[in-house]
Order: sequence, then structure tokens, then C-alpha cells
Amino acid sequence: MVPLSYYLILGGILFACGVTGFLIKRNIITIFMSIELMLNGVNLSFVAFAAQWHALQGQVFVFFVMVVAAEAAVGLAIIISVYRTRETLNVDQVNLLKL
Amino acid sequence: MLSVHFVLFLIFGVVCVAGAVNLLVQRHPINSALSLVVVMGSLAVEYLLLGAEFVAAVQVIVYAGAIMVLFVFVIMLLNAGEEERTQGSRVAWLLGVPGMLLGSILIAWVVLNHSGTGAVAIGALPGPPKALGWLLFHDFLLPFEVTSILVLIAIMGAVVLAARPEKRES
Repeated sequence: MVPLSYYLILGGILFACGVTGFLIKRNIITIFMSIELMLNGVNLSFVAFAAQWHALQGQVFVFFVMVVAAEAAVGLAIIISVYRTRETLNVDQVNLLKL
Repeated sequence: MLSVHFVLFLIFGVVCVAGAVNLLVQRHPINSALSLVVVMGSLAVEYLLLGAEFVAAVQVIVYAGAIMVLFVFVIMLLNAGEEERTQGSRVAWLLGVPGMLLGSILIAWVVLNHSGTGAVAIGALPGPPKALGWLLFHDFLLPFEVTSILVLIAIMGAVVLAARPEKRES
């Protein structure tokens, strides 16, 4: 038996790491990966709560979160098009609305 | 005291957190992407410990497989090099890392003292594909269909955005 709070804390640590990466990283791809890390932390708490309340709906919601994570394809396409126009991946240098 | 469940949780939890911290520390995006694969793989084991076997399989196939391949592909396509430190990133380090520690401690304190949750046994809630599929196509049918339209739009958007702009002849 493992206390459920340990699983929740693990999810919270992953989420906090994702937020930190979002703040401190300067590469746009790594920032995007930090967002995926946050989604993973949320998924873990979904599954943990599903086990606590014996409700399978929690695991179904993980699927929906994964589908939203698969929208990463759109984000990566945006990154490719940003790189084509600016020729940089550094978010500090992407500061103009119009070229 | 030390059950198999707890030992496995501890091992893969430590691997998971180490991967997440490594993602923050590494400068090169490809190293960050590979440590994210480690995080996702060890999270799949945590799902297995909770009994969510199908979610664990999907985690490995979709997250560690498909999405991370997409990330690595884009990193190599754009030939991303090491990120340079700027003034803004130094300020973010000074504010972000204490913020993360503070947030983690706050979450841990709230969860430990005020959540009122119990303990879970190994494989507490089995999530076989049959039961999950019944839920997905019965209770969650409308969200499922809406999600499929969302994915379709996302695919078309990705194709339009990533396609090379055609040369206009004027």
C-alpha cells in the first residue's frame, strides 16, 4: 500500500518542473516540451484519483488529455513556420508581430 | 513495511523526477527531448502500478512513441543548437527555481495535510480495454466525436502551416 498523496506529490513535482522549464528555457521547442511535462503531471493525478474513487472515468479523461497533447503537431508546425520567417528558435528574438 | 509496490513506486518516481530535472538542466534540445522520453516511460510504470494497464500502453505508444518522435524530428529538421543564456533567462532562473521549490512544497503540504485521501493497493483499479472502450463509446460518445473533429482540424492546420509557401508568379 502506498499513500495516494505520494502519487499526487509526484504529479505536483512534475507539474512544477514543467512550469519552471516554461519560465527558464529560451529555446521554443524546449518550452513546448515543458508544456508536455505539465500535461503528464496532470495525467498522473487523474489516474491516481481514479484509483482512489474506483471511477474508471478518470482514466477516460487521460485519453482526452492525450488527444489534446497530440495537438502538439499544430504547435510544431507553428514552430517550423516561425523558424522559416525569423531563422531563430530563441524566444527573446521573436518579439515582432510583423516583419 | 517496504512492500514491492512502495519500492517500485520509489524507484520509478526517482527516475521520473531525475528525468524532469535533467530536462531543465540540459542546454541542447535533443538531450531535453530524450530525458522527456525517460519521464514518460517511468510514468507508464507508475500507471501500471495503479492498475491502469491500457493507459500505460497508450502512454508508451502515443507519448513516448509518436509525440516524442515528432519532437525529435522537428529538432533535427530545424537543426536546433544549444540555447544561449540571455539576461532574461538569468532573471527567470533566479525567480523560476525558488518559485518551483515553493510551489512543490506548497502542493506537498496541502496534499499531505488536507487531502483526506487514503492509500492505494497495487493494481487498485484495473482499467481493461473492454471497460474503457464501453465507457468511451457509451458515456463519453459526444466528447469522443467532438475530439475526432478537433483532431481532423488539427491535422489540416498542421499541414497548412508546415507546407512551404508556394511562390506567387506576378
